[in-house]
Order: sequence, then structure tokens, then C-alpha cells
Amino acid sequence: MAVLDHTPLGLVAAPTSTSAVVGGRRRRQARVVSVTASLLAVLFALFCVALSLGDMRIPILDVVRTLVGAGDPASDFIVRELRLPRAVLAVLTGAAFGLSGIVFQTLVRNPLASPDIIGISFGASAAAVIGIIVLGLGGAAVSLLSFGGALVTALAIYLLSWKNGVTGYRLVLVGIGVGAMLSSVVSYVITRAEITSAAEALVWLTGSLNAASWSAVGVLAVCLLFLVPATLVLGRYLRQLGLGDDAAQALGVPIERARLALMLVGVALAAVATAAAGPVAFVAFVAGPIAKRLVGHVGLALVPAMVVGAVMMLGSDLVAQHALPSTQLPVGVVTGIVGAPYLIWLLVTTNRVGRGG
Amino acid sequence: MTRSHALGTEDVCLGYGDRHVVDHLSVQVPPGKVSVIVGANACGKSTLLRGMARLLSPSGGTVVLDGESIHSMPTKKVATLLGLLPQHPVAPEGIKVSDLVGRGRYPHQGWFRSWTAADDQAVTDALTVTDTHELADRPVDELSGGQRQRVWIAMALAQQTDLLLLDEPTTYLDVSHQVEVLDLLTDLNRRAGTTIVIVLHDLNLACRYADHLVAMKDGRIVCEGAPGDVVTEDVVEQVFGMSSRVVPDPVSRTPMVVPIGRHHSRHTDRSEVLADGA
Repeated sequence: MAVLDHTPLGLVAAPTSTSAVVGGRRRRQARVVSVTASLLAVLFALFCVALSLGDMRIPILDVVRTLVGAGDPASDFIVRELRLPRAVLAVLTGAAFGLSGIVFQTLVRNPLASPDIIGISFGASAAAVIGIIVLGLGGAAVSLLSFGGALVTALAIYLLSWKNGVTGYRLVLVGIGVGAMLSSVVSYVITRAEITSAAEALVWLTGSLNAASWSAVGVLAVCLLFLVPATLVLGRYLRQLGLGDDAAQALGVPIERARLALMLVGVALAAVATAAAGPVAFVAFVAGPIAKRLVGHVGLALVPAMVVGAVMMLGSDLVAQHALPSTQLPVGVVTGIVGAPYLIWLLVTTNRVGRGG
Repeated sequence: MTRSHALGTEDVCLGYGDRHVVDHLSVQVPPGKVSVIVGANACGKSTLLRGMARLLSPSGGTVVLDGESIHSMPTKKVATLLGLLPQHPVAPEGIKVSDLVGRGRYPHQGWFRSWTAADDQAVTDALTVTDTHELADRPVDELSGGQRQRVWIAMALAQQTDLLLLDEPTTYLDVSHQVEVLDLLTDLNRRAGTTIVIVLHDLNLACRYADHLVAMKDGRIVCEGAPGDVVTEDVVEQVFGMSSRVVPDPVSRTPMVVPIGRHHSRHTDRSEVLADGA
């Protein structure tokens, strides 16, 4: 036995070369890196186009020049003061939605479990609509209120679905139920409203970047500065929880604490993004699955999901602003058109292939 | 590698909510041996295993690892000493075999310690031992049941613990793969000295592979010891509520339990059995 004991397992007569394992791991990592880099390149291109298009078109080269601080004062003003806040807000909210969605979907092991499907966004909406219509608030106050609404709703869903821990289907079903209740609250409040404030509320509800300003960007950026690193660090838990509760716990993960921490950052990410841009439909829901497919289901794909979310948001906003010559649409209209077919496809195929359990 | 890790329970009570499943049970796992826990469905054998792996908190008594209450030890430290393969682990969608096995390295990694050569070595060894090295780059979703079970065992091996607990590792496998998995665990025990505890429902395989057999009924131990010493027709009657004959296994000489149903008599003479049937 002693002779055989020169490897930790004591079972391998001669240590096998690790080259196959190392090679496979490096190949997969390389794919994640190249996919992420390509997505970032697409994002940068969209970003430049977003800054270039508008009532006064500015050539892409001038946009880049302005960004590095070498532009003329006129395009400086248009790019930096008028268009940049909107584009940056689109990127930040998209990234936050994307990260929030993939955290929830992975945690609950159910592709339906993103915050826009399980009712957390409805909580933000109900609070915001009450703020706009009943309390006559606007701007930052509405954002704050919607943030609180999202947190309270998430807490309610969590407590209602708690039974010796929280499991996937119960959370999704309770979430959808709570969402339905809250959306009837929204409808009720709107039917009682004056036409002008109802219109304002509807724009907020669809999700819009019209209110983009440097102060909104600043608040969101500060929140993400804490939330994104925290989420990436907690990814260590998330990875293990994907093996099922028993296996994760056996490997030394404090599962209830880990789950609570991950839900907190997931809810907070959705809440800050919703506060800034309204409950933009389906970005959180589809960014994760797209990212996972692109990287070939390697690792958690948290960062790719953020970039996919940002690309979706920025691209959708571009379409929303410029596709129709006479009108500008709220960004949520476009993301809804993109996301809804995926939801239908998922609902149709879920039970057939035993997914979503 | 030290092999002196001692795991046992002292008067432990385990259950789910108000339902008590394991009732004031004390057991010592013999170090360096293969122990098998058997019993009828819902006798508490899986619950006992989950309790011993600190997945359930006891409502009374303690689970003791190396003289210390397992629930007072840091959970990650326990995970470097004791591994558990649960009954229904989940393979994340699309995950590759070597990545899944790599997740067994979690207890050896810190918040800011990245993947090291030691991790690669542990994964490679675990794949080699379980004969899944060829599958390293394949998605787990695409594997057969037997291959998948070997991969899960590889994940538990990558954890490199001296104690390994397995909850019905042969369920859903056909008989050749059941034998293959149990042979693999025996190899691990004989060559690396790993202490192994398995919950099994097949009594004959349990008799064949166990150094130490623990038979449970209604949350209590009916008897424990070497299979040849403890498995009798009376014990089978008591544990499984079934009459049987116990004969020597022609291959391993361990006890072999031959069930007697309502349609077959106790006689061994084939012609009499046929006559009864007619």
C-alpha cells in the first residue's frame, strides 16, 4: 500500500499527466475570454453608433475623438452632455439586469426565475405608479420608491415560498402569483388617474431611458461599484449550489446563508436598474441564457451575461429611438418584442424536455 | 495520509420538521473499512447518512467526528475530511465532465485562491481512478447512467477525503454497473484506505461488499457486524418483514438472501416447487 501511496488518492500506480485536464480547461477558458471580448467589441461599436445618431448626426470618428477629449466644443456638448448619459445608463442598466437575471436563474435552477418574471419588477412598478399618480412624485423620488417596492416584494416572495428552505418551483409560482396581484394594483391605480399622469406612469412602466442624466448615471454607478464585485465573489457559492443543495452542503457551502446573500445582491441589482430605467422587459430574462449558449455552458457566465444585457439594452434603445422616423418608442417596447417569443418557446419546451425543475 | 478519522453518532435523533425518522441511534463507523447500511424503504438509512454528513441537524444527541461534534466544526473543514455523494446530485446544464469533477475541489480553495496545479492533479487522478479520463471533455448530459455515476464518484474523490459516504450510489444502474461501482469503491478502500459508508437497498450486494453491515428498521439499528455473523433468516424477517432462506453466495461465500414470496414454497427441491405450482 505504501508503494502505491505516492499520489493523494493512493490508487493511481503512476501519476497520470494532467495535460488533458489542463488542456481542456484552458480551451474552455479561452472560449469564454474570446466570446466576452467579441461581445465587448460589439458593445463598443453600438456605443459609438448611439453617440453618433440623433437630430444632428456626428461622424463616428468625431465621436471617438470627443470621447478621448480631442473633439470640437459643439460635438463635445452634444456627445458628452446630451447623448453620453443615455448610452452609459443603457449599458449600466443592461449589465445590472443581465447579472441579476443569471444569478436568479442559476440559484433557483430554473430559467423562468428571472426578476422580471417572478414579480420583483412588478413590485417596483406598483410602488412607482403609486408614487407618480397618487403621491404626485417625480424623478429621484420615484426611483427610490420603486427600489423600495422591489425589495419589499422580493422579501414577501421569499417569505411566502419559504418551507424548510426555498426551492425553485415554489419561488417561481409564488413570484408569478405576487406579480399578478401587483399588476392588478398597477392597473387599478392607472384607471383612476388623470390622463397626463397616467401617460407619465405608462412610459415609466414600459421602461425608458428618456430620463437619463449624469446624476442618475452616478447613483447607479456607485451602487454597481459595490454590487457587481460582491456578486462575482459570491459566484463561488453560486457555482457549488448548482450541484444541488445536498452536494453543495457536503462540499462545505453554508447553503442558506449563501442563498440569502445571492438573493440579496440579485434583488438589489434588479432594483437599482429598475429604479433607473423602469421595469424594462425581458433583458434579465434572456441575457443569461444567451450568454451561456455563447460561451458553451462553461462556468457561470456572469460577466458574459452582463455584457449581453448591456448589448441588448443599448441595441434596443437604438432601435427604439431611430427605427421609426416620426416617433421614439420606450426601450421596453423593443426588448419586449425580442424577449416575448423566447418566453413562449421556453414555456412550450420546458415540460417536454424536463427542464426547469 | 492518516486513516484514523473516527466518525460516529451518540444517541442521535434526526428528522424533518415534526417527523422523527432516526431515534436515539448510536453507531461507530469502523475506520478503514467498508460499512453498508441496509433496511427497508423509509427505515431512516438515508436520513442517518445525511445526519452523519452534517446535512441535517440532530434534534437530540450528536454526530462525532474525531472526538468533536461535527456541527461545531467549520463546515468547510469537515468537507476536507468527509465527502458525501448524495442520492440526487444535479449536473448543471451543459457542464463538461472535468469541470464537474473540479467542483469537488471547493473545500481546498479559498475566496481568493485560484485554481492550482494540485487541483489539476486531483481531478486527473479522480478521472483516472474512475476510468472516466476519456470522458473529460464530454458534457455530462450526454453520458450513460453508469458513466454518469462514475463521474459523480470522481467528483467526490477529487475532494480527497479519508471518509466517503454514498447514498444509494447504485440506484438506476443495471446490475453490471452496480457491481462495477461497488468494485471501484472496494478498490478505493483496499488501496487508499478510505473509510467508506454506503447506503444500499440490495441486501445481497450489501452482504458481498460490506466489511461491516448495519441493518436498520424504524429508525433504529436491528443488528450490526460482519455480514456472515449477523445475516440470518430471522434478521431478514425482522428488517424487511419477508421470509427468506439464507444460503452461502456461490461466488463470495457471503450470506445470500433468497426471498420467499407467496407463490413459492420453502422447499429447495425443484420438482416439489413445480408440483406445488401445479
